[in-house]
Amino acid sequence: MSATQQAPVSRPARADERVAAVGLWRRLLVKPELGSLIGAVVILAFFSVQSSVFRSLGGVANWLDVASTLGIMAVAVALLMIGGHFDLSAGVMTGTTALTVGIVATQLDQNIWVAIAVSLVLALAIGFLNGWLVTRTGLPSFIITLGTFLMLQGLNLGLTKLFTGTVIVRGIADAPGYHSAELLLASTISVFGQPFRVAVVWWLLATAVASWVLLRTRFGNWVFATGGDEVASRNVGVPAARTTITLFMTTAAAAWLVGSITAVRLTSVQANTGTGQELIYIVAAVIGGCLLTGGFGSAIGAALGALVFGMTQQGIVYLNWDADWFYFFLGAMLLLAVLSNRLVRRYAEAARR
Amino acid sequence: MSTAAGDRPDAPLLELRGIGKDFGSVIALDDISTTVRAGQVTCVLGDNGAGKSTLIKVLSGVHKPTRGELLLDGQPVSFGAPREALDAGVATVFQDLAMIPLMAIWRNFFLGSEPTTGWGPFRRFDSATAKEVTRRELSAMGIDIRDPDQPVGTLSGGERQSVAIARAVHFGARVLILDEPTSALGVKQAGVVLRYIAQARDRGLGVVFITHNPHHAHPVGDRFLLLNRGRSMGDFAKGELSREQLTGMMAGGDELTELAEELERPSGR
Repeated sequence: MSATQQAPVSRPARADERVAAVGLWRRLLVKPELGSLIGAVVILAFFSVQSSVFRSLGGVANWLDVASTLGIMAVAVALLMIGGHFDLSAGVMTGTTALTVGIVATQLDQNIWVAIAVSLVLALAIGFLNGWLVTRTGLPSFIITLGTFLMLQGLNLGLTKLFTGTVIVRGIADAPGYHSAELLLASTISVFGQPFRVAVVWWLLATAVASWVLLRTRFGNWVFATGGDEVASRNVGVPAARTTITLFMTTAAAAWLVGSITAVRLTSVQANTGTGQELIYIVAAVIGGCLLTGGFGSAIGAALGALVFGMTQQGIVYLNWDADWFYFFLGAMLLLAVLSNRLVRRYAEAARR
Repeated sequence: MSTAAGDRPDAPLLELRGIGKDFGSVIALDDISTTVRAGQVTCVLGDNGAGKSTLIKVLSGVHKPTRGELLLDGQPVSFGAPREALDAGVATVFQDLAMIPLMAIWRNFFLGSEPTTGWGPFRRFDSATAKEVTRRELSAMGIDIRDPDQPVGTLSGGERQSVAIARAVHFGARVLILDEPTSALGVKQAGVVLRYIAQARDRGLGVVFITHNPHHAHPVGDRFLLLNRGRSMGDFAKGELSREQLTGMMAGGDELTELAEELERPSGR
């Protein structure tokens, strides 16, 4: 071989070598869902070894059920967090939407589908209001949604009392159209003879759609950009305000789905439903690799975060431990997740000198 | 669409006529005039607070000028938003680069102008094309990146500038405005960026190069607009000004002489 023949070959060879230098380990590390995947596997292994009920099909159906409604919300909240915002009203909104379904169906004597539609319109309006206020004022979403959170909490109680005279809406099962709604939102699907809640399917669907939108569409690119640096993204023509408002409306729509599932499944709704859940959603999203500062995270990670949550909650019950330990575990996992996310971010951002 | 070439064949790409901008009672810019021609570099020089940033924001559509006229191909234009300036072919590479450090290079490259494929609800970001074009455009500018998937945050300052310039060139910019592209860079990195500026110029773009460093401006510039406290200290063609004169004017001439005298003598002791 002469040197002149080798020369043109050496260029692509050199380029390939430099690509390989990035390394599999580093590529894996910058994947936001890695931490939650490891966490989920470890927790699954731990409880499966300790408890036979946990690893039985019935046990799996049980903790998947806990994870499902939480997961639908966690995925939407993760998108919002990647977009750089929080929604503290997300938890109470699941109550607002469930109560709306109940009150419209039982107190105003409407078909349940009409009630569900009214609930959706209301949810989208609240989401729009949140997003519009945040984008118009430039105030932290934390404080704006804290305001809507408290307002909704008051409205949930006040309106429920006004309509029913109690703090509970009952008798949703008697509404016309209930059976078709139950089929879609609250039925079970049998797998190997074990009934699984249909909410699990909604959860998987929400995760798949959210992940696809985030990674494969223009809108997804805008979400990352708006959360990463809003001013910079506006400067290159990203409609940042529209993106933010859409994200708040998406979170509200997820709350509507969970609220409708809750109302149809339980057939009665307490006025305090959902209050306090908003922090759990954020915890699941953070365990799933979302940075609190925005611009980084994953829908699949958030779904795994919800799974970690569901498994821990049920696992502690199956092991007959005191339920108080659950919060200790949750807090420890959150801290661990935040610390590892910080490392990942530093690693990803480490400038080459 | 521009029909101006027929109206005035010698019209510069971009022309500023007596541009001024007030913020309340503060006159940030007053009576600024210069021209930007295709295949030439117009340097805007000035110290901190001279009004360079305000001028960029007027040119890029962030602010509307209070006074004066902006002409594109000889036609008066008014940009209400950065998007409008971009659509007219005036692209700005901001000091903070408008790049998101945690996002991959190819995602940043197409941010705000993502190519799509598919139809209806299945319309998606054409990532294969985006990656391919990013790699091709960067190598056309002589930029050697290892992997378009790596986050922009892992690039060095010079590389980031280069990606931002390549992005502007790819999206059909005819006028490229660079806001202090060399200010935060070492000597070697600054040289790399100056080379890309020359590249862009040779591809027929009109370049507006904003800097406070006459040593960076002089070798690459064809025209020099000097700003001081929001006013123009003069608009010179390359032949009219030596590097020493440019440096002297930038430093404030007499002020520098005074400063030199003051520093030379040990005072009083």
